[in-house]
Amino acid sequence: MVMEKLYARRRRRNGIAVALAIAATLVGLGWLALILGTLLWEGVSGLSLRVFTEMTPPPGSDGGLLNAIMGSLTMTLIGVLIGTPIGILAGTFMAEYGRYEKLTGVVRFINDILLSAPSIVIGLFVYEIMVYPMGHFSGWAGAVALALLVIPVVVRTTEDMLLLVPNPLREAATAIGLPRAYVIRHVCYPAARAGMLTGVLLAVARISGETAPLLFTALNNQFWSSNLNAPMASLPTVIFQFALSPYEEWQQLAWTGALIITFAVLALSIGARALAASRKMS
Amino acid sequence: MIHAAVHDEPEVHSRMAVLGRLRASDTVFRILTRAAAIAVLVILGAVILALVEGSLPALRAFGFGFLYHEQWNPVTERFGALAPIYGTIVTSLIAILIAVPVGVMIALFLTELCPMWLRRPIGIAIELLAGIPSIIYGIWGLFVFAPFLQQTVQPLLIDSLEPVPVLSTLFAGPPYGIGVLTAGLILAIMVLPFITSISRDVFDTVPPVLKEAAYGVGCTTWEVFRHVVLPYTRVGVIGGIMLGLGRALGETMAVTFVIGNAHRISGSILAPGTTISATIANEFTEAVGDLYTSSLIALGLILFVITFLVLAAARYLLARIERKVA
Repeated sequence: MVMEKLYARRRRRNGIAVALAIAATLVGLGWLALILGTLLWEGVSGLSLRVFTEMTPPPGSDGGLLNAIMGSLTMTLIGVLIGTPIGILAGTFMAEYGRYEKLTGVVRFINDILLSAPSIVIGLFVYEIMVYPMGHFSGWAGAVALALLVIPVVVRTTEDMLLLVPNPLREAATAIGLPRAYVIRHVCYPAARAGMLTGVLLAVARISGETAPLLFTALNNQFWSSNLNAPMASLPTVIFQFALSPYEEWQQLAWTGALIITFAVLALSIGARALAASRKMS
Repeated sequence: MIHAAVHDEPEVHSRMAVLGRLRASDTVFRILTRAAAIAVLVILGAVILALVEGSLPALRAFGFGFLYHEQWNPVTERFGALAPIYGTIVTSLIAILIAVPVGVMIALFLTELCPMWLRRPIGIAIELLAGIPSIIYGIWGLFVFAPFLQQTVQPLLIDSLEPVPVLSTLFAGPPYGIGVLTAGLILAIMVLPFITSISRDVFDTVPPVLKEAAYGVGCTTWEVFRHVVLPYTRVGVIGGIMLGLGRALGETMAVTFVIGNAHRISGSILAPGTTISATIANEFTEAVGDLYTSSLIALGLILFVITFLVLAAARYLLARIERKVA
């Protein structure tokens, strides 16, 4: 009798826990669906060719997001071009030359902190070292801020991926007399290529949606500008400005921009994952 | 034949030259990589230095009072960081209080209950929540979530909690829609994927033998989770929570949209407030005068110190569980 009661209670408790776990998962998935659904609902109606061919409009008239999209692409590209080599070299040191050095442990710890450091602080930092001394906001400053966000992501994945390269490969290459630098560049890098590329893609996904570090580095620009020495528009800052404005056309453009940026970022991160998964299987 | 080659003078010379070139290129590459690794340290040092240097005028003018004065008045140039600090901590706490149970339960579902073929898709879907840019959470929170809260949830909370002593001040009206609670809820969704994926990873480190033994003596799924998995992975889960907390503390754009940007401390979490990052994002480009700018940079420094400590603790705890596995 007592045992039966106990069993019933344990089973009931388990039932509740399982139900809660399923409910929590549904809440998480539901929320993703809700956000993506809203974006599609609000954004698709404003999606047209004009979005990609016209400049951001003055309040009260129609226009597109061309200058913002180009600004985002430019700064993201430069940010990745600056950040990736530094990240790959640092990751290479940690996994190869300095694998057993104390310095590596310290760099790993600091890098992990930079990885989740508030991006607005990076914006402040670049303002202090570039915008303030130069006296004006610029696309370069925005690109540098983004590069600083790329570095930790690339460092992390490069180190992880190089550590996965089996040591016998290195030993074989060393045994035929290749110096270390050649072993790394011609044996380890090709073996870890897919994983390292995944890291770069994840870094691109991360920075293409970043707003905070651009607010007071690249600022914003209402017009077409390919001058990296001048303030530059970017999709996230335009969304920020337009969404908080009282004008209906601007708000519509903000939703459309949000739709574009979200699906671009999600496509990038799914692509990166697929790349990583295909490597694991082969 | 080989013997002859070695004695061939020009041959030896050209070999020496090649070897020398190889050695030089190796040295250059080694120095380059080491320099890049050190650059990572330099970046962190430079960030701290630049922030300290930028905030010196404010710290000189207000001293330690900057930390505990509530006043934030650009006209009289009196600045105190208490309201943003308070807002940052309260919104992050709300986020953690909600995201931890939900995230851990999702991880339980993914590791113990979910059919194998569904694990990967559901895991990726949850992680996509982390991929959505924070400005999207902001725009969604402002136009969809806040009106919803204002019209349905908040009036209900205010009315039903009115007779309860403490809760009635915590949930005092009017329903603005935007405010501390809304910001906390949005943050909860944003840190959820971090807590879920770290919890799932550390749950996966539990040796199957331990779980099988518990199932073998007749434990239910919940009992295995509660008495075997959780005690084994406690440190890792706490590390994941700290990591999520670090994210929540520094999150900027989403919060800026929905918190209302009011420099005051209110007993009610339905009232508008502000956070450190939202204050900086909103006011930095419009700040006039060195003292104003410097005060905002000082806010950035405080935020950086807080998140640094939280993230360092998180990494320390996560490193401990990694060592346990190894």
